[in-house]
Amino acid sequence: MDLTSLTIRQAHEGLKSKKFTSRELTQAFLDKIKEKDVKIGAYLSITEELALEQADKADERIAKGRDFPMLCGIPCAIKDNILVKDQKCTATSKILENYTALYDATVIKKLKDQGAVILGKTNLDEFAMGGSTENSALGVTKNPNDLERVPGGSSGGSAAAVASDQALYALGTDTGGSIRQPASFCGVVGFKPTYGAVSRYGLIAFASSLDQAGPLAKNVEDAKIIFETISGKDPSDATSVGYIFQESKIDLKGLKIGIPKEYFTEGLDPEVEKIIKNAIEKAKEKGAEIIGISLPTTEYALACYYIIAPSEASANLARYDGMRYGLSENAENLLDVYLKSRGKGFGTEVKRRIMIGTYSLSSGYYDAYYKKALQVRDLIKSDFKKAFENVDVILGPTVPFPAFKIGEKTEDPLSMYLADIYTVAVNLAGLPALSMPCGKIGKLPVGLHIIGNYFKDHELLGVAAQLENMLK
Amino acid sequence: MISKDEVIHIAKLARLELTEEEIEKMQKDLSSILDYFDLLKKADTSKLKTLSHSIPHGKTRLDLVLEENNNLAGDLIKAAPNEKDGYIKVKQVL
Repeated sequence: MDLTSLTIRQAHEGLKSKKFTSRELTQAFLDKIKEKDVKIGAYLSITEELALEQADKADERIAKGRDFPMLCGIPCAIKDNILVKDQKCTATSKILENYTALYDATVIKKLKDQGAVILGKTNLDEFAMGGSTENSALGVTKNPNDLERVPGGSSGGSAAAVASDQALYALGTDTGGSIRQPASFCGVVGFKPTYGAVSRYGLIAFASSLDQAGPLAKNVEDAKIIFETISGKDPSDATSVGYIFQESKIDLKGLKIGIPKEYFTEGLDPEVEKIIKNAIEKAKEKGAEIIGISLPTTEYALACYYIIAPSEASANLARYDGMRYGLSENAENLLDVYLKSRGKGFGTEVKRRIMIGTYSLSSGYYDAYYKKALQVRDLIKSDFKKAFENVDVILGPTVPFPAFKIGEKTEDPLSMYLADIYTVAVNLAGLPALSMPCGKIGKLPVGLHIIGNYFKDHELLGVAAQLENMLK
Repeated sequence: MISKDEVIHIAKLARLELTEEEIEKMQKDLSSILDYFDLLKKADTSKLKTLSHSIPHGKTRLDLVLEENNNLAGDLIKAAPNEKDGYIKVKQVL
C-alpha cells in the first residue's frame, strides 16, 4: 500500500485500526520527499526531527484510546509565510533568509493541539506576491503535472507538495487567489475561508484586509476537516470572528447556482470554458437551478485589487527596516541603513508593489488611486450582496487559462496579474471560495471556482462535496 | 508616463535604494500599471454616501496587558540584528 496517496479519512482509519503507525506514515512521506522533491522543488526546508518527534507523540496518543482527532498523526506541509516555532520562516525573501520564528501562528497551534505532524515549509512567491512561485528568492517550484510549467502561486509549493503526494495536505494563504489559483494549476482542492473565519496571527502580513489562511487538500472532505480545525475566534487577531463550523447536508436538486456573464468573456481559454460549462450542465441535470446573473463591477476588480493590496503591503513591509529582523546592511547613518537593507533585501516584484502602494498613498495621488479603489471595493461588495439575494453559490473558472510555462510571464507583470482576474474580487468582498479540479486540458488540470456567501463556508463545502461526487 | 524624478521620489518615500537599471525598469513597469488603473475612472462612485470600513467585523477590545509566557518580548528583542542590554540598537538619530 502506498501510504502517501491516502486521504485524511483513510489515513485516520488506518491509524485507528493499527494498519500502520504515524511514524511509518511520516517516514513514508519523508522518503517520498527525498526521492521526488529534487525534481519538483516544493519544499524549502524539511523539518524531519520535528516531524518524527510529533509522529511519536501522536502514536502515544493513538495508543491510549480509540478517539483521537482526525488530524492526529497526519503529516502536512506549511507555506513558509506561516510561523512554526523554532523553525526558519523566510517568506522566501532575502530580508528574512535567516529568520527563525519565535512563536507558533494560531493555525499552527491549533494543528499541533490536534497532534498534527509537520513535514516542512513550502515555497512561495516572496511575501506571497505573485501567481507562479517564480518570485521566490530561494528557488523554482515545478508543476507536478508538467515539469516545464509553473505550479501557480503564491502557495505554489504547498499545492505542488499535495499534488505530488509529498504531503497529505498543506496550509496556504490567499490574498488575491494564492490558494485557489495554484490549486487550480496543480489539480488539488484549495479553499479560502470567509475573511475573519480563520485567525491571521502568526502569518507574515501582506495585505491585512485581504489575507486569509486556508487548506490545500486532496479532496473536499479533507479541506473541510482542516478548515474545521483552524477556524474560530482568536483573541490575538481582532478581525477574527466567532465562527463555529457546522455540518451541512446539501442537495444539488433545487440549489440555486449563479453564473455571472462577465466570467465568460474575452480572455477565457475556450478549452477552460468548455470544461466549466460541462460541469454546470451536469449540475443542471442533477436538478440544480442555473441562474444567469451579472456582476457589472467585475472589470474593475483587478485594478482595484492592485491598488489596495500594494498599498497595504507598502505599510506592512515598512517593518523590514534592518533594525528589527533579518538582513541589516551596515551604513553611516540611520536613513542609509533603511535604504540599503531594503534595497538589497527585497526582490523585484516586492519592490514594484511597494512602489505602486507608496505612489497610490502619496500626497496628490491618494484620492485618484487609493480612495477611488476603496469606493470601487464597496461597489464590488454590493454587487455580490445583490447576487446572493437570488442565488446560493456562484460558479465559474478559477483561472482563465491552465498552468503557463516557467518564464513565460516574468517580464510582463500585467500579464501575470491577469491570472488573478476571477479570484481577487472574492478577497475584496471578503467572501469564501473554493477551487476544485473539474477536468484537464491534456495533462493540465482546470479548476472550478465556487463562491459562497459570508460565513456560509460550511454550505459552500457541502455544495463542493456534491459537485465533486457528480464529477467523479 | 511617470517621470524618472517621480520614480526616485517615490523610492525615497518607500525607503528603497534602487539601482539605475531598476529605476529605468520601474519607470516602464509603473507607467503601464498606472495606465491600467485609469480603468477605475469609469466606475461611477458618485452615489456612495460614506465609505464602509474595509473590515466590517473589526471589534475593539480592552487595553489590557496579557501575560505572555516564556519571555517572548525579550526573545523578540534578542532576535534583532543589533541588540544591547535588552534594547534594539540603532544608528544615532539626532
